[in-house]
Amino acid sequence: MTTLVDIVLQGVLLGGLYALFAAGLSLIFGVMRLVNLAHGDLIVLAAFLMLALTRVLGLPLPVAALLCLPLMFAIGYALQRLVLDPVLGKDILPPLLTTFGLSIIIQNGLLEGFSADSQRLSGGGVETLSLPLGGGLAIGLMPLLTFLAAILVIVALNRLFYATALGRAFRAVSDDPEIARLMGIDNRRLFAVAMGLALSVCAVAAFFLGMRSNFDPTIGPARLLFAFEAVIIGGLGSLWGTLAGGVVLGVAQTAGAALNPEWQLLAGHLVFLAILVARPRGLFPRATD
Amino acid sequence: MSTVSTHPSAQSSTARYLVRTRTRLSAVAGGAGLLAVLVLALLPLTASRGLLQDLFYLFTMLALAQCWNLLAGFAGLVSVGQQAYVGLGAYLLFALCLWVGLSPLLAIPLAGLLCAVIAVPSAFIVFRLRGPYFAIGTWVLAEVFRLLLAQLRSLGGGTGMSLPREVTNEAGFVAWTAELLHVRAPVARDIASYWLALGLAVLTILLIYRLLRSRPGLALAAIRDNQGAALSVGVDAFRIKLWVYLAVAFVTGMTGALVYLQKARISPDAAFSVLDWTANVLFIVVIGGIGTIEGPIVGVIIFYLLQSQLAGLGSWYLLLLGLIAIAVMRLFPAGLWGSLAGRFDLHLFPIRRQLVLRVGSLENGPATGPSSHKNPGGNDD
Repeated sequence: MTTLVDIVLQGVLLGGLYALFAAGLSLIFGVMRLVNLAHGDLIVLAAFLMLALTRVLGLPLPVAALLCLPLMFAIGYALQRLVLDPVLGKDILPPLLTTFGLSIIIQNGLLEGFSADSQRLSGGGVETLSLPLGGGLAIGLMPLLTFLAAILVIVALNRLFYATALGRAFRAVSDDPEIARLMGIDNRRLFAVAMGLALSVCAVAAFFLGMRSNFDPTIGPARLLFAFEAVIIGGLGSLWGTLAGGVVLGVAQTAGAALNPEWQLLAGHLVFLAILVARPRGLFPRATD
Repeated sequence: MSTVSTHPSAQSSTARYLVRTRTRLSAVAGGAGLLAVLVLALLPLTASRGLLQDLFYLFTMLALAQCWNLLAGFAGLVSVGQQAYVGLGAYLLFALCLWVGLSPLLAIPLAGLLCAVIAVPSAFIVFRLRGPYFAIGTWVLAEVFRLLLAQLRSLGGGTGMSLPREVTNEAGFVAWTAELLHVRAPVARDIASYWLALGLAVLTILLIYRLLRSRPGLALAAIRDNQGAALSVGVDAFRIKLWVYLAVAFVTGMTGALVYLQKARISPDAAFSVLDWTANVLFIVVIGGIGTIEGPIVGVIIFYLLQSQLAGLGSWYLLLLGLIAIAVMRLFPAGLWGSLAGRFDLHLFPIRRQLVLRVGSLENGPATGPSSHKNPGGNDD
């Protein structure tokens, strides 16, 4: 019984991390119908950026992490303007292939810059702290903070979307980009802001990823798949659904790992496929496409 | 096809027209292609082993690129998970040779066939996802296959295994090749694999060419140009896409089986590598020109030249490939061949129907003016 509760508890908290991975992906798809195949690699890029800031400039990790938010925003803004905007259009192929190329570029750039060694962000002991819950249960401080961060990010994004002028513009462009332009919205600038925001969320995800586990330049695609699965399980268009999707995925993986450590990823993927078959539009569908 | 309505007398009588796909250039190209295949088939008589091994790789990549091009360029199914069928085909070859004791020559088509069978339930799952989400869905599927096969201890588990020499060097067709050309078994094996790869690439191209010129091919073009209009005239888009997906799984599986027969060593990470079997293939198709049969042929040659010159650079090489692919997509969205074909109206494998006036059927105008509209492989709208 205790192990079962423990599995669910750890799985739910792991789901927070996956929701953080997924929030940026979901945001970009929602605003500009772009599926960014380099999403996972951009998260890894942010983690390496933090690593470089602490190693090279000797900054304390929290400062480096905070600095990464505007840095990743700038990278996202520039990326959208220079690389992705020109290929966005009715045809889905050019943006898919461009982001796929980007994924290869980022991976190999990081390999060249940081080697294939496993890295970790060091928080000076914070990452090993845990809170005992009694009954032999305990939850790690970092997983808990990750989950809280996921909730915070989702609340913030929802507020941005539904309670600000910028969010209204986002929704307008998402509904009908042409009409939005007629109403005086600068789509391209808006897309760039959306990409910047998404990459800032990637930076948040990267911070917790790097604190909780090892990372190396090649783990990006797997993070993309987790993010994607969380989005689809939760249902397109709903950030809370994405959190639920992340939790389902996290619990599935934790349960699989409890049976056999080699089954962690497999269990997650299989649950995802099962949900896709049973409920193709996800658990909490909102968008229609 | 839009050409019908643009011609002034099209409504009056369609019987005055011939639907034609052949052009004079394509007839010449057909002859040249035949000659090229003949020369390539005879190449083992003089060429070095190294060259044959390189060309083996090139032919298998060409077969994969043609498959992906059919899938993404013609059927609109953008998959980044075709490594699923390369790996499955490869593992099926190992299983059929080691467990059933089949000859590799039999095991290759059977592995392809089983891949197509496995593709049926797979399609049932991934076809639920649309557009870009389909792409990532296929990737997840490939990961599932990789993780499942890594659990299979009897095929080497996560670390992989090798094919014993009895299978690779002493198979019937290798012995036959050795006897025919009076060479040692390892050389004969390379030559036999070379021939199989050449045959596979040529057959793949002919198969796709035939398909695209047939009625289903016309339906594919109609779906690509305007899915709504195609559906409204009774084209069953789902069915035809499903058949394309299965056919591609069949050929991709055979290619995977052949590649790993030659490698004789398999591991889940290599056989299901997204980089080797999807990224490189995408590069080839994008560089050459998506949506044309000529494109992947041009692309694979460029890919081969780049690789032989730059592969020593390690990760810089891959970084460069990514940059080149993005740049080509920006500057020549139709690829190198597509741009050339559009500029000079070249069609070596003509798959576009042209309406041709029957001589003497109309006033005096030029009798055989192929109604040209220049959009090589792209959308009009």
